[in-house]
Amino acid sequence: MNLIQQRLSVPVIKVPQGRLGMWILIAGELVIFGGLIACYLLSRLRYPEWAEQAAHTSTFFGALNTVVLLTSSFTIVKAHEAALKKELTKVTIYMSATIIGGLAFLVNKSIEYTNEIHHGFTFSSPQLQESGNYVGSLFWSFYYLMTGLHATHVVIGMIIMTVILIQARKGKNLHRVELAGIYWHMVDLIWIFLFPLLYIAK
Amino acid sequence: MSDTLHKKSFFRKYLFSTDHKVIGMQYTITGLFMAAVGGFLAYVFRYNLAYPGDHIPLFGELGAQQYNSFVTCHGMIMVFWVAMPILLAGFGNFLIPTMIGTDDMAFPILNMMSFWIFLLSTIVLLASFFVPGGAFGGGWTMYPPLSAGGYTNPNPDFFKAFFSGASLMILAVALEFVAMLMGGINFLVTTINKRTKGMTPFRIPLVVWFINIATIIFMFSVGPLVAGAVMLLFDITVGTGFYDPARGGDPVLFQHLFWFFGHPEVYVLLLPAVGAIGEILSVFSRKPLFAYKTIIYLALLSAILSVVVWAHHQFVAGIDPRMATFFSVGTIIISIPFAGIFLSYMATLWGGSIRFTVPMMWALGFIGTFLVGGLTGLFLGSNAFDIYAHDTYFVVAHFHYTLFPVVFFGFFAAFYFWFPKFVGKNLNPALGKIHFWCTTVFFNGTFFLLFFNGLGGQHRRINDFSLFSNVVKEPYITFEKIATISAICLILSQFIFLYNFVTSAVRGKKAVKNPWDANTIEWVADSPPPHGNFNPYPEVFRGPYDYSLPGEESDFIPQNVPHTNENIPVLKVKLSVS
Repeated sequence: MNLIQQRLSVPVIKVPQGRLGMWILIAGELVIFGGLIACYLLSRLRYPEWAEQAAHTSTFFGALNTVVLLTSSFTIVKAHEAALKKELTKVTIYMSATIIGGLAFLVNKSIEYTNEIHHGFTFSSPQLQESGNYVGSLFWSFYYLMTGLHATHVVIGMIIMTVILIQARKGKNLHRVELAGIYWHMVDLIWIFLFPLLYIAK
Repeated sequence: MSDTLHKKSFFRKYLFSTDHKVIGMQYTITGLFMAAVGGFLAYVFRYNLAYPGDHIPLFGELGAQQYNSFVTCHGMIMVFWVAMPILLAGFGNFLIPTMIGTDDMAFPILNMMSFWIFLLSTIVLLASFFVPGGAFGGGWTMYPPLSAGGYTNPNPDFFKAFFSGASLMILAVALEFVAMLMGGINFLVTTINKRTKGMTPFRIPLVVWFINIATIIFMFSVGPLVAGAVMLLFDITVGTGFYDPARGGDPVLFQHLFWFFGHPEVYVLLLPAVGAIGEILSVFSRKPLFAYKTIIYLALLSAILSVVVWAHHQFVAGIDPRMATFFSVGTIIISIPFAGIFLSYMATLWGGSIRFTVPMMWALGFIGTFLVGGLTGLFLGSNAFDIYAHDTYFVVAHFHYTLFPVVFFGFFAAFYFWFPKFVGKNLNPALGKIHFWCTTVFFNGTFFLLFFNGLGGQHRRINDFSLFSNVVKEPYITFEKIATISAICLILSQFIFLYNFVTSAVRGKKAVKNPWDANTIEWVADSPPPHGNFNPYPEVFRGPYDYSLPGEESDFIPQNVPHTNENIPVLKVKLSVS
């Protein structure tokens, strides 16, 4: 028996490997964000004065980004559907749309960050600290940490999807489109939590 | 390896290998190397404690700040760079694919990357010894404000702050977590997905169950600390105030995040070792493991309990006394599942025809020494006693009595047991026995007397006790010296192991397929298993512990042997009282 036959005779594969691995990865990721959100919530309950800092975040940009992310999640689902039917052009179109969605999210985010930095709300906010508003500066530390970590995941997702797109365009590894989709939904889900916590609750 | 179909260059085969056995070996060797580093650090500061200010052979003089660095790094290294790679990654990589009967991990390349990220983390940690100011010296728990430089400078210079002992240590720990998370995904997916035909959940050997439970605990408790470590890193490098009380932050928050992971971590280390001990006890008492399913349920129960007891490390950190009661009770309750597991192990021994081989001696030694650690844990779990004993040598002795048996007795038991399988050579049993007795005697000599020093009031983070007249008196001074001399002998006796390891691996006698007459299916493969492990893949027909079944000719029936007589109930052999 040669090695290839031997591999084929590895008996039981119950769930597609990648999908199972991705779900376990997501479970691990959610605990990281869960820990961070728990820390934020505890501080938020302790400092009602954070409401005035939260008022400086732009609900408009936050809502726009929510729409952008949700739409990109929709397109990746369409891409997955097309991948199941092996319609390569559709896969290419929908995956590109998702990547562009991610890009739009980041552009929005950077406009937002620029505005906030211009108003003196930076990561450790020296302006607020000099005026004695230390608690306020802590809000911005959390804000940048949480959105920044989320944005990092958006960037990672875009890189993954670009790699998968290059393969899927030629019909290779089409099952990976689904994995990108699962990951992207997680990114979306985390944003659904961050948006009300940081933008709406004022 | 008889690997003619799969010729690869030296680099692909031994360095950038995707084979789970090579990766397991890489993890184990790195872990042992780091154990040598951690052991050397222990030797240096133990020497300093017994003979403060003396010139230390092979090192020189130890300054106060250096002492702090060494103690901190000893703790860090032993937990994250010795115990984790050996017990979780090493055991997992060697045992999971071979014991469930498959060729390799589910994601071999991810597995390889996991090791290389781990190696990078090792290098970052070792590099932290050579930055200005030396390695971090604020205790292995990295509590702020000490780890964040005391918040004296709200606008730190990024590069200077980044290349400091504290931030490099946090970075190294973070990288190590990434490596172990990648390994963890592999372990779970492999066990869920790649079991051989007939390997139903309750035919999986105990150690594989336990490694997976440990992985689950690790993966689902480490997240908050990852977030907490990132926050601490920003506090150090960019001057945020997440943990600075003067700026609205909360240093106790870090303690919660740290121990939310840090306590389950104890069980992450404990479970793989306890699982391996269970395998060994069953094989060498020639009896089915007593209450196999119950042990698994108890381990799952302890896994759940382990994430709700963390604040017992913080009884003196100013937490609410009502909360302290909750955590005391939880901590003491967690001893119930473990008492259950260890009583089942006793019941496995009862009435068995025990073979005193080297792995069996280590397994029994594990139970004896771990018992002391477990029982003193009950003392410390109680809020009232902990406030008195907190941060004394009582605590130090307690956690060395838990972690040393787990990491070293557990590892050595497994090492002497599986070495013939995975290296394909026999070890020298006489040297193994000498190694066992030296280690056991000197280990107890090192740590047992420290319980009394701790109760006498010796604080654990002081490099020179001559300023504290209440503890610089007999018998504590003598105890200190006995502990140090024992520690040095303990380290020296590991050279017996090293000698045995190297000479046996190079010119030991070739091992047979199943030297211990064991049942689990890794013993069906060749010794050492070739690339792909099995040819053909075994089909599993029975549970892993069919020893001494009544009415059978042989006293062991490997898992891949079909039932011949359907009337014999499997795994329902009653505890025989002879």
